[in-house]
Amino acid sequence: MKIGLLYSRVRFEEKQIIEALNQRGIAHDLIDDREIVFPLTPPNGHAPEKQHGVHFVRPEQFQRYDVVLDRAMEFTRGLYALEILNSWGVKTVNRAAVVSLCGDKLLTTAALTQHGVPSPRTEIAFTPDAALEAIESMGYPVVLKPVIGSWGRLVAKVNDREAAEALLEHKSVLGHFLHEIFYIQEFISKPGRDIRLIVMGDEIISSIYRASAHWVTNTARGATAEPCPLDAALEKIALSAAHAVGGGFLAIDVIEDPARGYLVNEINPTPEFRGSETATGADIPNKLIDYLIETAKA
Amino acid sequence: MLAQTVAAKITAECPECAGTISLNGNTLKGEIVTCPDCGAELEVTGTNPIALDLAPQEEEDWGE
Repeated sequence: MKIGLLYSRVRFEEKQIIEALNQRGIAHDLIDDREIVFPLTPPNGHAPEKQHGVHFVRPEQFQRYDVVLDRAMEFTRGLYALEILNSWGVKTVNRAAVVSLCGDKLLTTAALTQHGVPSPRTEIAFTPDAALEAIESMGYPVVLKPVIGSWGRLVAKVNDREAAEALLEHKSVLGHFLHEIFYIQEFISKPGRDIRLIVMGDEIISSIYRASAHWVTNTARGATAEPCPLDAALEKIALSAAHAVGGGFLAIDVIEDPARGYLVNEINPTPEFRGSETATGADIPNKLIDYLIETAKA
Repeated sequence: MLAQTVAAKITAECPECAGTISLNGNTLKGEIVTCPDCGAELEVTGTNPIALDLAPQEEEDWGE
């Protein structure tokens, strides 16, 4: 068994994964994605193997791995690396198709709806005028989110028309082209928390509440983690959500709506799991390695 | 960025303020450390010898 680990930054999570691989004596290579050149066309024999510390890789080198785990913190970079590796027939966690769906909130919500998994009401508009109509029809407060983003960055709670007009103008004038895809979502009155589940394949590894007085409940924004008991409905919605996007090693974020119950907010394809591990004691690094081995053998 | 090994600890110099940073012997390339003197976020760009550089700034598509 030989595993490739594609990364750039070594966070707590990557360090834990590497230590677990070492402890289990599993052969692995750490590949810094900042130091490689991928060929998209057949090599013509002129590319060097290494030049000034940069590796000119060949498909055969990656095809020797039984599975490659991508831990890129940079969504776009990770996605493109996975697209290339999958095109070479290399098994990856996660698959490019899954990362592509999960990394874009519009595509995630569309996939969830297509599979009958409940989400907060969400609408899309391509101009500030159309977006304002959608917002007014939904009723205040609403939430605006960039379609690509994480850690609660650039999400906005819009309380009235004046704020809506200002935000829509700021996004279209100051933001790049993706900020003109207006992802408009109803505001859910959460009970001061949301739920984060780590899923690997068909198994739920951990389930935590992320509690915060602020409406944004990312632990990156200061929310605190505590164990969340798993009931049948929560388990069902988490596994259905994972299935809707193609499955893999995913972090599913669920909101408790007072009237409708569990709603899936979003799905993260490169989970950070320090909070989940600390709060529940789940051995996520070793479970992940088991999942990598299972994927390699499938 | 001068470095010296003392038992399992390694010390290095902050590239921003020249303060002393103490690192564990099992520090990996790619780890992020914070300078205790100036608070700069630094990346370990080499381990033999230890090399530190300012860490890349958060971009819009970073995250989970």
